[in-house]
Amino acid sequence: MTTAQAPDTATLTVRNLETHFFTRVGVAKAVNNVSFYVNPGEILGLVGESGSGKSVTGFSIMGLIDPPGRVVGGEILYDGQNLANLDDETMRGIRGNRIAMIFQDPMMTLNPVLRVDTQMVEAVRAHQDVSHATALELSRAALEQVGIPSPERRLKSYPHELSGGMRQRVAIAIAFINKPDLIIADEPTTALDVTIQAQILFEAQQLCRETGTAMIWITHDLAVVAALADRIAVMYAGRIVETGSTDDVIDRPVHPYTEGLLGSVPSRNVGGTRLTQIPGMTPSLLNLPEGCAFRTRCSYADSACHSEPAETKPVDGRIVRCVHPLLTEAGA
Amino acid sequence: MSTTVDTDRSAPAAAEPTTRAVKRVRVETPFQRFASEFMESPIATAALVVLTVIVALALLAPFITPQNPYDLGQVDVLDARLPPGGESMTGMTFWLGTDGAGRDLFSAILYGLRISLAVGIFSGFLALVIGAAVGLIAAYAGGRIETIIMRVVDLQLSFPAVLIALMLVAVLGKGVDKIIIALVIVQWAYYARTVRGSALVERQKEYVEAARCLGLSHSRILFRHILPNCMPPLIVVATVQTASAIALEATLSFLGVGLPQTEPSLGLLIANGHEYLLSGKYWISTFPGVALLLTIMSINLVGDQLRDVLNPRLRR
Repeated sequence: MTTAQAPDTATLTVRNLETHFFTRVGVAKAVNNVSFYVNPGEILGLVGESGSGKSVTGFSIMGLIDPPGRVVGGEILYDGQNLANLDDETMRGIRGNRIAMIFQDPMMTLNPVLRVDTQMVEAVRAHQDVSHATALELSRAALEQVGIPSPERRLKSYPHELSGGMRQRVAIAIAFINKPDLIIADEPTTALDVTIQAQILFEAQQLCRETGTAMIWITHDLAVVAALADRIAVMYAGRIVETGSTDDVIDRPVHPYTEGLLGSVPSRNVGGTRLTQIPGMTPSLLNLPEGCAFRTRCSYADSACHSEPAETKPVDGRIVRCVHPLLTEAGA
Repeated sequence: MSTTVDTDRSAPAAAEPTTRAVKRVRVETPFQRFASEFMESPIATAALVVLTVIVALALLAPFITPQNPYDLGQVDVLDARLPPGGESMTGMTFWLGTDGAGRDLFSAILYGLRISLAVGIFSGFLALVIGAAVGLIAAYAGGRIETIIMRVVDLQLSFPAVLIALMLVAVLGKGVDKIIIALVIVQWAYYARTVRGSALVERQKEYVEAARCLGLSHSRILFRHILPNCMPPLIVVATVQTASAIALEATLSFLGVGLPQTEPSLGLLIANGHEYLLSGKYWISTFPGVALLLTIMSINLVGDQLRDVLNPRLRR
């Protein structure tokens, strides 16, 4: 099996990650043999529809999978250690310090009864041995960095006094405050309106470039990653079905699922035609079709798809799980 | 409800929007809004006033009572059972009459209130601290720990409070400290159940997940993040339970197993007078009873209004 050949300099390398949920009705393989890597300063877009396992992948890296879920196999390599094997206490020192997370709903991720300064100072002092005054100054600088005007006044605010975009900026500032090596952003702009979304995307990208922080941007929105990410990994039913650079994946999809996803995105250049949609629904993780999980919805599927497709490199720089890749080196 | 939109000031606001907007937010602090919502009910406001007067009277008892009922040197048995308004041989007027031992009832009631309130508030506070901690741990730990804690709570709540308190006092003996221990043991379970209920809801929220992602310690997440969000129901239960602690203490004292005779609480004063009720000397039991009734009723009314104000679902 060809796995992603991660460069030695990669911030994080995930190899054959398996996260399963042991429910009463069976084992849900939410993350099934997933491998990828992120380089410093790079933004990896993890794309997939609801239930494809993208958020579970993020939580697996953070070590925050709660029972009945469990990471059952694979390696999460960060800084020479396998995060999957670390004990709770060591992992707590990494969370929020070396690896931070940004969540989807900024209304929910800030504690409603604590002021912004309390929450930010707490984040600093959980990992750095600094005085309250220093932590406060760091917080102020962090708010300024994410483009919040008059940060002194915002520090004294409660979350409900801030707008949605402002709150997400605070959440991003908290994620960046300890200068982490990696940030996992779980659909952070989904709850925001488009103009704010564009600003936040731009600022997040700039911060990554400036600080050299790697970022995994989890989203279902191809338009977002197209503008933001350097590389894209497309997930379907717990597996990564296609990986490649953003331009390649968007312009020349190799996996039929990616092609289907791209076909269902409305475009402003082509008017008047019906959007193509992928027929059927995402299969239940408890009851995946044998072989390729996408085969029941795929127009290219035939009897060869009944056996599990291996990772192949039909085109240079692309890793695809499909026995019928849309492009091959010969045909391209 | 925000009543802060002041139309007369919105005209100049357009000229300097940013500073004005911030100032307008600051016009009403959360406490001011809370206070104005509380005052919407005249009954609750009256109850709060009565409660304040009662607490003030109890606190200031040594300075305003004509007599120290605990000082046997000031009490004369010859003044026993004088009706309200009666005068002692030394010319002192007993406005609420005297009890069987010749104590001035007004003084005895104020001193009794001191004890009743102190016992109620102190045991309520202790029970709150213990119950809240236990309930939080149960909700956060989950699994077997939660099951064990909550079954103990269920077991305790299935017995009548008076019964448990009676048994405990019978074992522990008399005294203010013993009564407080008994009341705490009886009441912690109410707090534990309340806090667990809201903590179960809170711990599912994303800010807890976010706090975990920051690498904060368990105790920090529990007490700094989850507990403050569980406060509103806790405050309501605390007022109701304080009232019931006072009532329970009065019951125990009335039954003669509570506080010692030398330091009569309201329950003991009522008990002392009940044997004279049929002989027409109504005041010995009635006035302490009225004081107890006013205290408990005003606390409950304040608690009811707190519940209405603090419950976002009942917001109009």
